[in-house]
Amino acid sequence: MGQDITQTLVEQIAQAHQEARPLAIHGGGTKGFLGHDLVGEVVDITGHQGIVNYQPVELVMTVRAGTPLAEVEAALAEKGQCLAFEPPSFGSAATIGGTIATGLSGPARPYTGSARDFMLGVRVINGQGQALRFGGEVMKNVAGYDVSRLMTASHGSLGLITEVSLKVLPVAKSVKTLATSASANEAIALFNRLAGQPLPISATAWAEGQAYIRLSGAASAVDAAAKQIGGELADNSVWASLKELTHNSVAEQSTLWRLSVPQTASLDLDCPLIEWGGGQRWYTGDAPEQELRAKVEAVGGHATLYRGQAERVFHPLNPAMSALHSRIKHSFDPKALFNVGRFHPEF
Amino acid sequence: MTAIQSGLLDQAIIDDRRARIVPKLQAILSSDQLKVTQEDLAPFETDGLAPYRRMPMVVALPTDKAQVIAIMKACQSEDIPVVTRGAGTGLSGGAMPHEGGVLLSMTKMNAIQNIDPDARIITVQPGIRNAAVTQAVAPYGLYYAPDPSSQIACSIGGNIAENSGGVHCLKYGLTVHNVLQATVITIDGGELTLGGESLDAPGLDLMAALIGSEGMLGVVVEAKLKLLPIPQVTKVVSAAFDDLGTAGRAVGDIIAAGIIPAGLEMMDKLSLQAAENFLNAGYPTWAEALLLCEVDGTAEEVQEHIEDVTQVLKTAGAVEVKVARDDAERELFWKGRKSAFPAVGQISPDYYCMDGTIPRGELPEVLQKISDMQDKYGLQCANVFHAGDGNLHPLIMFDGNDPVQAEKAQQYGSEILTTCVEHGGTITGEHGVGVEKINEMCVQFPGEELTQFHALKRAFDAKELMNPGKAIPTLNRCAEFGHMHVHHGEMPHPELERF
Repeated sequence: MGQDITQTLVEQIAQAHQEARPLAIHGGGTKGFLGHDLVGEVVDITGHQGIVNYQPVELVMTVRAGTPLAEVEAALAEKGQCLAFEPPSFGSAATIGGTIATGLSGPARPYTGSARDFMLGVRVINGQGQALRFGGEVMKNVAGYDVSRLMTASHGSLGLITEVSLKVLPVAKSVKTLATSASANEAIALFNRLAGQPLPISATAWAEGQAYIRLSGAASAVDAAAKQIGGELADNSVWASLKELTHNSVAEQSTLWRLSVPQTASLDLDCPLIEWGGGQRWYTGDAPEQELRAKVEAVGGHATLYRGQAERVFHPLNPAMSALHSRIKHSFDPKALFNVGRFHPEF
Repeated sequence: MTAIQSGLLDQAIIDDRRARIVPKLQAILSSDQLKVTQEDLAPFETDGLAPYRRMPMVVALPTDKAQVIAIMKACQSEDIPVVTRGAGTGLSGGAMPHEGGVLLSMTKMNAIQNIDPDARIITVQPGIRNAAVTQAVAPYGLYYAPDPSSQIACSIGGNIAENSGGVHCLKYGLTVHNVLQATVITIDGGELTLGGESLDAPGLDLMAALIGSEGMLGVVVEAKLKLLPIPQVTKVVSAAFDDLGTAGRAVGDIIAAGIIPAGLEMMDKLSLQAAENFLNAGYPTWAEALLLCEVDGTAEEVQEHIEDVTQVLKTAGAVEVKVARDDAERELFWKGRKSAFPAVGQISPDYYCMDGTIPRGELPEVLQKISDMQDKYGLQCANVFHAGDGNLHPLIMFDGNDPVQAEKAQQYGSEILTTCVEHGGTITGEHGVGVEKINEMCVQFPGEELTQFHALKRAFDAKELMNPGKAIPTLNRCAEFGHMHVHHGEMPHPELERF
């Protein structure tokens, strides 16, 4: 099943290393907007496909990075399992490698965990063309630094991810969505109050005057919690539209900022869509970039540009972190081949 | 263990370093925060892995961040190594002192700085004990999930260094899943804030690099931890099997049924009998294996899962399945499991404790291999483990006064770890590499990964002064293996429960 082109990729990267030639990592191209323009010769991961190992009983799948996310999810669904971090795809061409390289997580993030939380192992080709393997397929592993999780959401800046091992989970037996009328602030307060109680909450969101709460788990637990929390039953499909940013509240907006802030943060910005118990807010207004970033930073958060124009896509790093990032980049990719400037301009 | 004594610095070099660093430290710390006499240094010569011991050159006990920064700057400028130590309960010698270095003991920095029950976040200094965190937030109906067996003594800083787990990590994750933010001082005295109160932070996920880095990258001076609501109900099922392989397969059957237990632990016949002998938990001593499966959640959820688990275990071939009647019986079930190490220590003069992890599906085969090795080496081996995580703790029993047995125990342990790696596993699931498993890292990483690890470390610590010689072997250091050695049941911190 699939095809292993590791050797071809190693040769291409080793050659580029020799000639100090920049490389641009390409997957399915569905997240091209998420970062500055790629420069250099294309390294195409999409030819490196296939599920290498999937034993449902192990709760682990090992898969080559070019495998379509849809194929991974279909294989899991067939066995009643899922990627519990619910990654957005932003298009059918999305690969699992791109999913991990961008490290995006969906509605379940605050309750079930993020992409990096489910990373167990990785194969990566570094900037010297060395094919390396870190972590593995086991749940607990403290041998060496946790490079698997470091590679997650590194946007290709440290190396080419060629294979990932992910922890997977069973699909919840019962899922129900509740909706209730609330202001944004009321919703955030409600989400956080409920999160402090032992309830099977798996997602929360607020949009268009409605607070949505998703419950997942054993049927009896979901039903009991639904009764306790109250509200109207709503269609579970709302979560897919939120995840893919096709929900009415943000679908057509030409400017879209993702604000990642502490869940209970009080933020003086009008956000039409709030997720993650208040931890992920989407801003579609026209506040100038610097002002927006300053406001978000003041509450301990950061801002990422999804749609529209700005000087930078990702939030700038402070000088100490910036210098450290450059040194880490150098340790993996000494000749600065991979995705230079895509994530942060300094590396 | 003799290897530790070789390659030590000359006394003249140590004396010179001490003469250079002590005046600088005296300018930073009060006299009770600086230990220099042999008598004062002695309590720090080992962590929880007692056979590995070295006298530190000096011990510094900072009380705040500014002191840590000043100490680090002083050490960097004098090229003096720094070994950070938490509560000293580690089982791999990660905090074994450097004979020519400063041992930085974080125990005086143990304050709770803030509790935010609405955001479910606690801010602590690194020296706070793990159990003290959960105690402090219990009034809010919250707790801190990682619960390593040494939790009454071990510190949060040490947990971060080792990526500590516990019985509940299958469902609630390891330390890496439960720390939101860490303030770290690097060897140049620089201050970094990794992570944040938001659910992700700008830049690379350096929190991932920090957690489990065994004090090789920096010193944590403050951490923000994620708190969870205490589950409404917790119940435990005990299942006895007349065959070890059948029990191993039952572990997979529970997972396959779509249930993620809060804890899933297993004991083999030897450890079962030793534990029963030790404290009468009411275990079926005829059984070849015992599984303990804990389920938590809402009352309805637990009821549903307990019924499912009971059915799965019976179908999987369990001979006897018991649900603990109440919390008292539940605690008794667990107590036997938690006492397995001292219980084995009672029936054997010495034992080696291994910490390999394998994919769950490999359990029956690996358990059989470990069992078969008993005849090969002429030694008994008890098995207690976190079955849900595939994390094995084989206890090889031997008599250390018999050099032949001691040698065979070493070889037995090596073969177990090699077997773990061969079956797609790892040499350490939760105890860390430290100084103990530094050589086995070469089995785990035969390629260029070690070079990459060293390069990553130098990005944080260019002079390689932080905890030198630990965690990641140099390429020319791939030699013989060493294991945790317990003599006459004399565990460091014998009062602690051991997993």
